[in-house]
Amino acid sequence: MCGIVGLFLKDKALEPHLGGLVAGMLATMCDRGPDSAGFAVYGDSQPDRVKLTLRGPSAAVLEELTAKLAMTAGTPIAPVTRDTHMTILVPIAREQAVRDAIAASASDVTVVGAGRRMEIFKEVGRPDTVASRFDLGRMSGTHAIGHTRMATESAVTTNGAHPFTTGTDQCLVHNGSLSNHNAVRRTLVHEGLTFETDNDSEVAAGYLTWRMREGLSLGDALQASLADLDGFYTFVVGTESGFGVLRDPIACKPAVMAETERWVAFGSEYRALVDLPGIAAAKVWEPEPAKVYFWERH
Amino acid sequence: MRTVDLAAEPLRELNAALHRLNAETNERRWRVLNPRGAHAVAAGIDAPVRVEIEGHVGYYCAGMNKAATVVINGNAGPGVAENMMSGHVHVTGDVSQAAGASGCGGLLLVDGNAAARCGISMKGIDIVVKGRVGHMSAFMAQAGNLVVLGDAGEALGDSIYEAQLYVRGKPKSLGADCIEKPLREAHKTELRRLLDAAQLGGEIDVAEFKRYGSARNLYHFHIDNLGSY
Repeated sequence: MCGIVGLFLKDKALEPHLGGLVAGMLATMCDRGPDSAGFAVYGDSQPDRVKLTLRGPSAAVLEELTAKLAMTAGTPIAPVTRDTHMTILVPIAREQAVRDAIAASASDVTVVGAGRRMEIFKEVGRPDTVASRFDLGRMSGTHAIGHTRMATESAVTTNGAHPFTTGTDQCLVHNGSLSNHNAVRRTLVHEGLTFETDNDSEVAAGYLTWRMREGLSLGDALQASLADLDGFYTFVVGTESGFGVLRDPIACKPAVMAETERWVAFGSEYRALVDLPGIAAAKVWEPEPAKVYFWERH
Repeated sequence: MRTVDLAAEPLRELNAALHRLNAETNERRWRVLNPRGAHAVAAGIDAPVRVEIEGHVGYYCAGMNKAATVVINGNAGPGVAENMMSGHVHVTGDVSQAAGASGCGGLLLVDGNAAARCGISMKGIDIVVKGRVGHMSAFMAQAGNLVVLGDAGEALGDSIYEAQLYVRGKPKSLGADCIEKPLREAHKTELRRLLDAAQLGGEIDVAEFKRYGSARNLYHFHIDNLGSY
């Protein structure tokens, strides 16, 4: 089944409340996916810095690494630990060196997301519990996407939790199943992408990353996926400045959107949206099958 | 009139109270506040009462309805009025997929648009949609009438049995074994009855509709298709 949510703010005054609003949306979607949860939040950026989200066996293991990573980065890295995850800021020029240092540390720490603004958190467990472990309620930002998983095709693991990212500031949550993901994965590997899992949704994220790397906009990349990805899907996609939604032409998977002057929101069900400010006066509609919707910040 | 605020009272108690009603009840009018997208609101009523719901509802609202009038002042999620037996369900907004699915009787009126699979497997229900309907509407429809004032999506009436489909706009495509059929006087009379039941008055010219139904080519085995098996 699974539940997906997304919130894109147009009104800056709401930015401090982004995490709180999305935490409420995720909690409502526990019913659709109690196995694991994850979310991506697009927050502040620093000039010439890339934000890495690391995941480790525990906060202690992550914190042990920080001194070494700061030395590799050649500068303080502003670590923020949230349960099993930690974000650090490193100079863009030192990103690869820091990644190499993490890989060499043999501490079972991995980089789960990278971007100027994106942070990604995901864990197994009930979505409301996962959200509070990471203190989502107090995060701020411009947009966020989230997922609650009811596993059907592969194991309940942190790696199988959404969102999936394969590119800088890019991530995707997916409700559905892709039938040609193995063939698409082979093509993408040939194009130089790497994949962490056998999961179909990671292939969708990689596909969009590849298309955007080749120069397409988010909207055009989603349009292209209609021809190349086969199966059932509702995607919600985040980029540094944008937020997109696409349903496959069969449109079995539920989707509701709402928009006001202050925000655009997506939910698997309307229930996920009922606590958003001004929802009573919002335009509420079901996105059309095979139609790309996206919003960009200017 | 009895008012139930779902922000304060459990949905199960509302539905249980509605299920206790019978044909002789004096509690004929109900108003439901703050549905907040809840599922199965006012499903399974079997009494001639009127229930007005103020806001958007989730899955299966007014499902299995018998004799009641249920008005949803908002949008409805998947499967509104699914398997309705009789009565009247009116949605003032849009409806999600599978509206009126497998309905056996009664009238479902949608003021807005219906998403995919509207009237799938309908078995006698009348459905009137003022806007458009999505793809695969009236899939395997067996009996009843689907009236669409706007356009219809892809594969209208795919594998249809004997339901009547009336579309004023344009279907994007017709499904397997669904064909356009002549709109005779008897059909115009029936269409007028349906539009009147939907309180659409006399302003709509029934001659603007086209009628679609089954070519009945899928009813029997054809020896020419032997190679397909």
